Amino acid sequence: MHRLLNNRNALGMLFMLPAAALLVVFLTYPLGLGVWLGFTDAKIGRTGEWVGLENYEFLWGDSVTRLALFNTLLYTVAASVLKFFLGLWLAIILNQNLPFKSFFRAAILLPYIVPTALSAIAFWWIFDAQFSIISWVLTRLGLIDRYIDFLGDPWNARWSVIAANVWRGVPFVAITLLAGLQTISPTLYEAAAIDGASPWQRFWHVTLPLLTPIIAVVMTFSVLFTFTDFQLIYVITRGGPLNATHLMATLSFQRAIPGGALGEGAAIAIAMVPFLLAAILFSYFGLQRRAWQQGGTDR
Amino acid sequence: MGKMKRRDFLKVSAGITAGAAAGPMIWVKDAHAQWSNAPEKGAKLRVLRWSRFVQGDIDQYMKNVQAFSAKYGIEVRVDNEGWEDVRPKAAVAANTGAGPDIILSTHDDANMYPEKLVDVTDLANYLGKKYGGWYPVCEAYLRPNGKNWIGIPLGCAGNCLVYRESHVKAAGFSSFPRDTDGFLKLMKALKEKGTPGGFALGNATGDGNVWTHWLLWAFGGKLVDASNKVVINSPETIKALEYAKELYATFVPGTLSWLDPNNNKAFLDGQVSVTPNGISIYYAAKTSQDAKVKEMAADINHANMPIGPAGVPTELNLFFNQMIFKYSKYPKAAKEFIRFMMEQEQYGPWMQAAIGYVTHPLVAYEKNPIWTVDPKHTPYRDSMKIMRPIGYAGRMGYASAGAAADFIVVNMVAEAASGQRTPKEAAERAQKRAERYYKV
Repeated sequence: MHRLLNNRNALGMLFMLPAAALLVVFLTYPLGLGVWLGFTDAKIGRTGEWVGLENYEFLWGDSVTRLALFNTLLYTVAASVLKFFLGLWLAIILNQNLPFKSFFRAAILLPYIVPTALSAIAFWWIFDAQFSIISWVLTRLGLIDRYIDFLGDPWNARWSVIAANVWRGVPFVAITLLAGLQTISPTLYEAAAIDGASPWQRFWHVTLPLLTPIIAVVMTFSVLFTFTDFQLIYVITRGGPLNATHLMATLSFQRAIPGGALGEGAAIAIAMVPFLLAAILFSYFGLQRRAWQQGGTDR
Repeated sequence: MGKMKRRDFLKVSAGITAGAAAGPMIWVKDAHAQWSNAPEKGAKLRVLRWSRFVQGDIDQYMKNVQAFSAKYGIEVRVDNEGWEDVRPKAAVAANTGAGPDIILSTHDDANMYPEKLVDVTDLANYLGKKYGGWYPVCEAYLRPNGKNWIGIPLGCAGNCLVYRESHVKAAGFSSFPRDTDGFLKLMKALKEKGTPGGFALGNATGDGNVWTHWLLWAFGGKLVDASNKVVINSPETIKALEYAKELYATFVPGTLSWLDPNNNKAFLDGQVSVTPNGISIYYAAKTSQDAKVKEMAADINHANMPIGPAGVPTELNLFFNQMIFKYSKYPKAAKEFIRFMMEQEQYGPWMQAAIGYVTHPLVAYEKNPIWTVDPKHTPYRDSMKIMRPIGYAGRMGYASAGAAADFIVVNMVAEAASGQRTPKEAAERAQKRAERYYKV
């Protein structure tokens, strides 16, 4: 026992055990169970039997699942791109010497601090067919003569929930990029200024390359959060109208829990994994261009 | 459930009405119904039920629970969950063999795991005999094999058409139409007058499913036949969808996005003059602090859903059951609890406290004064009598529950009504989606 405790390797393993146990119990096991359930016809309250790829074969031909996949990809791409540009823009502004800088930096976090369910309810009212504040204002200004059907028209509904997601997600991107901006040494900007670089050139050749590692991390997380979003949709539309805003996560829940088809719901959830892996790989290998960050060219 | 013609329905209704009229007589005779049961010593019970829709419900329910505990010395813990969350919890309890002794759930939950539930035939027979019998839909839900009861019905949250009397009159109608043709004419007239109606067509679990199933059945369409064969792609369904298209044109804009609370809000704001709902809109108006809304209560009235070409009422309402699980250590105490809560002394005051939100499953309770104290309550009295089960016309279980939860009928009606698909395309798509649940 004494020798064991003096052995660095054994001790290291011992110290890692609690963390490993947590990972196995709370991550590996649920994920493994989810994968297994996806290959069964399990219902809530009934153990399933192995059905192989049947769930996936059905989902491939299921028009609602296909629509949910399209919605999820659109939602993720559109919201992530908007969040990135708005977040970067905000971060750059907040990195300047503005009056009330601290106040603005704190205020910008507000949408992120508010519980998602609450902000979703607020958006539900904002986009309401009868009580929308936006429609009310536009009507009062004489710009429209009837309320906008934000959530009743499939495309309006898609853009409305994307807008809600962007509003909620921008602070995370902005504050994280701001942290990244503050790690860039001012001497680099001074050197660039002495070399006669324009603001755009300073941004393109100094700011952006040095910010890329942070962008890679923040956008990976942002894409993951957006792709797996549930609360906003569930509160605002429940996937309607005509399933036009159903995401993979909301459809998975609808089929698995209220619908009782646990196996099929699990299959939808597992079908999200390859897309998430692709997003992570793109972020890491696509944005981690180390040579470019140091002024060179990536091969 | 067998097919019922208009004449048969009238006969049954007349019978039930006559029975109800002679209620006290039947009551005296059947008061001799025998019940003997000795709860286990030292029993403790856990009850999981859906959260109250109206405050009076839970207040009186808990008073009744306390009265039970005082009488039998049995401690009862009651947990509340949103009604849509009870279903998965009940299923998990059934599967794992651990959880509350009694669960009050909805629709076809008991049909998913009948083998896990305590047979309550003796209790159902006793209550049925004592209180004038159960309405037919109770047996459809909880006596699936026609012999054994797998749960005790608690009632349903009735849905009627809630309307503004002055608007209906202004549209040229002296009374509310009782058939689908007349109803469509009314809706068109209301639209022309600038006081349209509105029905939820979003993924609204309660309101969406309720009225779209009524519509489908009113025209003779159905998701499945008696052998659970999917038959929704039928000429009757297409007719229902063509009607839906005409009806949708009369709605206030935005109903494709409506979830369960939207129609309540729009009605109370005066933007909608007809909508299907429980009695809650009327009570919200009646008890409102806002003088304008309170004034509206006098103008609100209710009507049962119109009868279509099917010739009989085809309503769907949110059915409530009471299940005792076999894993319970105290099944006798659990039975005693349900019996106690269903007896006139407890159930009657509870109905009144729930202000008509819950419609009784036992015929004798038609006499409860809640249905006549205000004539506007009366249409809700018949909600159990005239409703069909959600899995109509087939057997209930995982397939019927899954199909309803996936909004197959709601989506079909919404697609056709809004013109996103033709009625034929919408019916074909619904057929394919439903076949998955009922596995061809």
